[in-house]
Amino acid sequence: MSGITAEQVAHLASLARIDLSPEEIASLTIDLGQIVESVKKVQEVATPDVPATSHPMPLTNVFRDDVVVPSLTVEQALSGAPDRDGDKFRVPPILEED
Amino acid sequence: MKKAELMDFDKALELYEPVLGFEVHVELNTKTKMFCGCANEFGQGANTNTCPTCLGLPGGLPQVNRKAIESSIRLGLALGCDIAETSRFARKNYFYPDTAKNFQTSQYDEPIAFNGSLTIELESGRQVTVEIERAHMEDDAGKLTHKGGATGRIQGADYSLVDYNRGGVPLVEIVTQMIEGGEADSPEIGKTYVAAIREIVKALGVSNARMEEGNVRCDANVSLRPRGSNILGTRTETKNVNSLRSVERAVRYEIQRQAALLSAGGTITQETRHWHEDTGRTSAGRPKSDADDYRYFPEPDLVPVAPSREWVEELRATLPEPPAARRKRLQAAWGLANLEFQDVVNSDLLDAVEATVAAGATPQAARKWWTGEVARLANVAGVAADSLVRPHQLAALIELVEAGTLTDRLARQVLEGVIAGEGTPLEVVESRGLAVVSDDGPLIAAIDEALASQPDVLAKIRDGKVQAAGAVIGAVMKAMRGQADAARVRELVLERAGTAE
Repeated sequence: MSGITAEQVAHLASLARIDLSPEEIASLTIDLGQIVESVKKVQEVATPDVPATSHPMPLTNVFRDDVVVPSLTVEQALSGAPDRDGDKFRVPPILEED
Repeated sequence: MKKAELMDFDKALELYEPVLGFEVHVELNTKTKMFCGCANEFGQGANTNTCPTCLGLPGGLPQVNRKAIESSIRLGLALGCDIAETSRFARKNYFYPDTAKNFQTSQYDEPIAFNGSLTIELESGRQVTVEIERAHMEDDAGKLTHKGGATGRIQGADYSLVDYNRGGVPLVEIVTQMIEGGEADSPEIGKTYVAAIREIVKALGVSNARMEEGNVRCDANVSLRPRGSNILGTRTETKNVNSLRSVERAVRYEIQRQAALLSAGGTITQETRHWHEDTGRTSAGRPKSDADDYRYFPEPDLVPVAPSREWVEELRATLPEPPAARRKRLQAAWGLANLEFQDVVNSDLLDAVEATVAAGATPQAARKWWTGEVARLANVAGVAADSLVRPHQLAALIELVEAGTLTDRLARQVLEGVIAGEGTPLEVVESRGLAVVSDDGPLIAAIDEALASQPDVLAKIRDGKVQAAGAVIGAVMKAMRGQADAARVRELVLERAGTAE
C-alpha cells in the first residue's frame, strides 16, 4: 500500500487548480501510489552517505553580469493577455467584499 | 465587520507577554532583475521592463544576477550571518495575479545566509539583541491596482490591473527568530529593528532603502502568551507595514486587539492581516490554510550557488563600518547634544553633515544649516534635503558666514541662489551683490544720519542707557538692506554716540 489517498490527490489538484473528475482522481491515486513505491525502492539504495541530488549536472555558480538587455515592448508583453486595460494586464476580481 | 475592540496597552501587558517576529523584505538596487536582464527601475510606463522569463512565458529560463548574490552575501555578513557553503533556489507555488509564473523563485531549505544577530538600542538606552534566523533571496511580485468597488481596495473590486515591471526584482527576506521579553518596549523594538535594517542596507549601498517606495517592507508577527504560561499563543502576521511609525503602531494595535479578544474568552485565528495606515487598524486577510501549502521544490532551472570562502572573505572586506558604531563615533567627534544629533539622524542627513564637515565646516554649523534652512527649503520643494545642495557648497557658504562676509540672513539668500543654480556661494555673493558691507565708511554715514534723526535716543545712549542703541541699529540695518554685520554696527553706534558732539 502506497499511503497515497484519494483525499490527498483531490487536495493537490485543488492547490494546482486542476479540475479532476472522481474517475480521474481514482486512477491518479493508483498512478501516484506506484510512483511513490518506486521512489521508496530508490531510497532503500540511497544510504545516508549518498547526498541528495536536486540537479543532474555537477555545476554551481552559473551567473550573469548585472547588465541591462532590451525588454519586450509593451505590445509584445501584452500580446498573450486575455484582457488588458491600457498598458496593464486586466484580471478578474481577486477577493470578495468583506 | 465589527469594530475591533482594544484593551488598554498597560492592562494587556499585565495579562499577557507579547512575542514578536519580523520578516523584512529588502529590494536590492541592482541594475537588472534577479533572473533576467530587464531593468530594475520604476517610474517608467507599466509593463515596459518585462521579458519571457519574468512574465513566466513558455521557454523563459532564469539566469542568476551575480551582483544580486554579492549584495545578498554582503547583507548576510552585515547581519552577522553565516554564509552557506551551498545554497539553492526553490519554487514556492501559488496562484495570484501578481506572480505571472504561478510560483515565486525563492529559497527554502538552503538559504544563502543564516544564524545572524543584530543588536539595537532603544531610546531608553536598553539594548535588545534580535536573533536572525535566515536571510534568503527571492524575486518580487508585480504591482496590482484594484478598480471599481467603493474603496479602491482589493475587497469588492470589480477587476484588478497588473504591472509586471517589479516582477522579478531581487529581494532579500530577513527573518528573525522569536523575540521574547520585549514587554512594553515591543512596539519600539519593531520600529527600531526595521530602522536598523534600513540603515544597514543603506550603508551597504545594496538598496535604495526608501520605505515610502517599498524598498524595505515589513511583515510583523505578534502573538500573546498568558502570564505564567509557557505555551505560545496563536500568531497573526500583519503584512506590508511600510513605515517605521506604522511598524510601531501595528505591533501595539495587535497586542491590544489580541488581548481584548483573548480576555473575552475568544481565540486568535492564525491569519495574515492587512494594515490600514489611515485608520491605524489591522483587518483580517486570508486565513492561513491550504493556501500556505506551497509545495516547495528545488528550482530545476537553476544550479546551486556555492560561494567560495575566498569570495565571502573578499566581500566581508568591503563591509562599511556598522551604522550604529558610526553614529556613536560621529556624535562623539562632533560633540553634538543628543537631541541635535538625533535630529540629524532622523532627517537622514548624517552623510550630508559628515561630508560638509569633511569639506571644512564646523559640525555645529553643518548641523544647523542642514536641519534648518536646507531642510526647510527641501520641505517646501517636496524633495530630499541632500538633493538640494552639495555638501562642499554648503561648507563654502558656512565659511563665508564665519569669515563675516555674510550674515545668516544674507547667507539664506545666497543659499537660494546656489540652489537655483546660479553658481558657487562666492559667485552668488558677487552676482547678487550680497556681501556684508565691511567698509566702515558707509556704516558710519548711515549711523550718523540715524543718530541725528533720533536725538532722544542719542541722549539716552549718552546717559548710559546702552540698550536704547537697538533703535539706531535697526534703522542702520534697514538702511543697509541687511548687508551689515549687526555686531559691528553696534560697536560703531556706541562709538559715534560717544564722540558725535
